[in-house]
Amino acid sequence: MEYFNFEELKLESGEKLSPVVLAYETYGKLNADKSNAILILHALSGDTHAAGPGGWWEKMIGAGKAFDTGKYFIICSNVLGGCRGSTGPSSINPKTGKPYGLDFPIITITDIVNAQKKLIDHLGIEKLLSAAGGSMGGMQVLEWLVTHPERLLSAIPIATAGRHSPQQIAFNEVGRQAIMADVNWNEGDYYSGPAPERGLAVARMVGHITYMSDRSMEDKFGRKFRDKKQLLKKFAAEFEVEGYLQYRGDSFVKRFDANSYLYITKAMDYFDAFHGKSIAEAFKGVKAKVMVLAFKSDWLYPTHQSQEIVKACKMGGVKTAYCEIDSKYGHDSFLVETEEETHLIRNFLKNVKPD
Amino acid sequence: MSNLIEKEHSIIAGMVGQGATVLDLGCGHGDLLALLAEQKQIKGQGIEIDQQAIYDCVAKGLSVFHGDIDSGLPEFGDRAFDYVILSQSMQQVKKPDTVLTEALRVGKKAIVSFPNFAHLSARLQLGIFGKVPVNPSLPFEWYNTPNTHFLSFNDFINYCRKRGIKIEKQVYLNDRGRVRILPNILGMVGIFLISKR
Repeated sequence: MEYFNFEELKLESGEKLSPVVLAYETYGKLNADKSNAILILHALSGDTHAAGPGGWWEKMIGAGKAFDTGKYFIICSNVLGGCRGSTGPSSINPKTGKPYGLDFPIITITDIVNAQKKLIDHLGIEKLLSAAGGSMGGMQVLEWLVTHPERLLSAIPIATAGRHSPQQIAFNEVGRQAIMADVNWNEGDYYSGPAPERGLAVARMVGHITYMSDRSMEDKFGRKFRDKKQLLKKFAAEFEVEGYLQYRGDSFVKRFDANSYLYITKAMDYFDAFHGKSIAEAFKGVKAKVMVLAFKSDWLYPTHQSQEIVKACKMGGVKTAYCEIDSKYGHDSFLVETEEETHLIRNFLKNVKPD
Repeated sequence: MSNLIEKEHSIIAGMVGQGATVLDLGCGHGDLLALLAEQKQIKGQGIEIDQQAIYDCVAKGLSVFHGDIDSGLPEFGDRAFDYVILSQSMQQVKKPDTVLTEALRVGKKAIVSFPNFAHLSARLQLGIFGKVPVNPSLPFEWYNTPNTHFLSFNDFINYCRKRGIKIEKQVYLNDRGRVRILPNILGMVGIFLISKR
């Protein structure tokens, strides 16, 4: 992991954040004319470690994979507001010498992307060959398209939305409420004591339900019980699905900061790729080629939201390909059902050439 | 690709103007769009319902939308394209009337091609042998055909008259080439360049 430090970032809210660190990893080699760089954008709980052992998109990034590290230079940075190396609410506030907590300013997807742009400038890359990501990563892709259209040749938003629906905001709000209801949360000031782990774990459990499909849960858990002996204990995690969710919740709190969860989910909810413009106007001026991918079993980011993005692209005169991939894993499909995604992305990238 | 389809594509390419904007409804594997891009430098887009076909279109670098053309084309304004093409797809949609109306709304002109259900071999098979016709332009059996509407060239010409649609050009083909006499009997595929009157 490498770190890029810069003096100051002016935020969409008008506030300034200073200093700022962005953690990032790169894979493959940047070519001589710096024309083979692809920016990979991570989702809510992701980090810089996209490829290699344990990488969150290991199936997609590497030698001979969709994002072929033999051909492309892959960059993945941890988002601003995160807790995996980049400046966020758990970072030290230079004014107080203590972690920011709720003194951390509200950030938006626009701010996250503006920080990434500084990193791309720093790496001396004038034009990205592509930017790609799923879910919140897809939102960042869309933001790159509309705010820095001259900086990328292509874009691949996956399983995402131009803006959150009330249902998506509602699920995020349940997660935030769970964190804030934890007595240890203490108005975000918990870094010197116990963290609001129960709240964050519950938030993650809700999240996981929305990432799976009815069918993938049925296949994975059914109504199976974990251990018959535990039946004697009232309200123990008897069903496999209960045990799984608890496990995912408990392991999440070891690597994620509750305040980051609050700030980042809020940034997703505020996001509007169309920036208040009409759909017909929103993507005017975008020069990049776009491929939008959606998954049929994804009910958290349903296909009609991807179709709305495609519609905006078309009305803006953007060259766009759209594919709905047959899948069964729900929103998680973009991470786990990678065979068709690979095929599409590899072929799409093959046709991306400098004008 | 069959000989008949190749011929059809080259006739369509002859109807499309240089550098035109084209929307191909039911673009399949993208062969026609790729041909038009190569020969006529068109700016093309396609809509296709089959997932495997979409993969091939992406591999050809085409702008394609994975979806259904029966639900209309609300994302496109009036006269947004120079040409809207329905190559062998009109007879497969649920509502040809709606699709044609939409095609002539978003396109200044439309190019429609379809198999002739009244070709001599079809007449013989149905009329004499009492079986559903199978020939080079109608290559499917009744149980696996994607076609849901069966029409003749005369049926289409009558439809255009009824709807006030102008037929600017018409070309008829069979497996041996252009058909110039008795097209409704000897033609297997008809290609019509149409516009609103």
